Amino acid sequence: MKRREFIAAAASLALAPRLAGAEDNAIAPIDPKDPDVQSVTKGAPIRAGRVKLELPPLADNGNSVAMKLSVESPMTAQDHVRAVHLFSERNPVRHMAAFHLGPKSGRAEIASRIRLAGSQKIIALAEMSDGSFWAGSASVVVTLSACLDES
Amino acid sequence: MAARIQVPPQAKRGEPMPVRIIIQHPMETGYRHDEVGHPIKRNVIRELSCRYDGVEVFRADLSSGIAANPYIQFYTVPEASGVLELSWIDDEGVRGSERAPVVVA
Repeated sequence: MKRREFIAAAASLALAPRLAGAEDNAIAPIDPKDPDVQSVTKGAPIRAGRVKLELPPLADNGNSVAMKLSVESPMTAQDHVRAVHLFSERNPVRHMAAFHLGPKSGRAEIASRIRLAGSQKIIALAEMSDGSFWAGSASVVVTLSACLDES
Repeated sequence: MAARIQVPPQAKRGEPMPVRIIIQHPMETGYRHDEVGHPIKRNVIRELSCRYDGVEVFRADLSSGIAANPYIQFYTVPEASGVLELSWIDDEGVRGSERAPVVVA
């Protein structure tokens, strides 16, 4: 084996597990069997992509964290986002909010401020007019959690 | 309950227009206790809806996961000048609403 071939083979080996990892990421960042999720999807499959959730990587205070989400969609009468659901991993209320949109929205983009009980991953689940579900997520480190007990 | 709606001074016909609303509300989670240890009852804005000339264009179901004094920004496409009306209801059944005129060029 030539040196050049060896380097190419070694590089592909080194890259192989990373590629497999990338495929894992393509799986929706949320468990479709979760009862809170199933109450929304009714068992429909969830695909990763089309939904972009923006959160600051680090939040000093969980009481108010800026959140922005957008869904890729033409927002026409035939093809639009019906609703976007926000799920939390660690909050006592896991289904944080549901935003109902339609063709009159024009753009599937919502911004708000959310409460977080600790560092976690937040998942945005979009329901399209064709009945498909798409999910996107963002992780945030919270220094001071939103108070659950008296403080 | 005081609230403020912000819409662009002039909207373009058929173009998505941002609508911002901020409502003065504690969004009490129901997990806190007062000074003598009694739990404070949950009181959050449960539902917020937006009508444009009487037609619903946006609705949100909220929970304690939304920060106090909720701020929400969304988009809508105005086809003609009209009145944007946002209304909401909290756990105690208190309703609120706020209107904003929209001028379409």
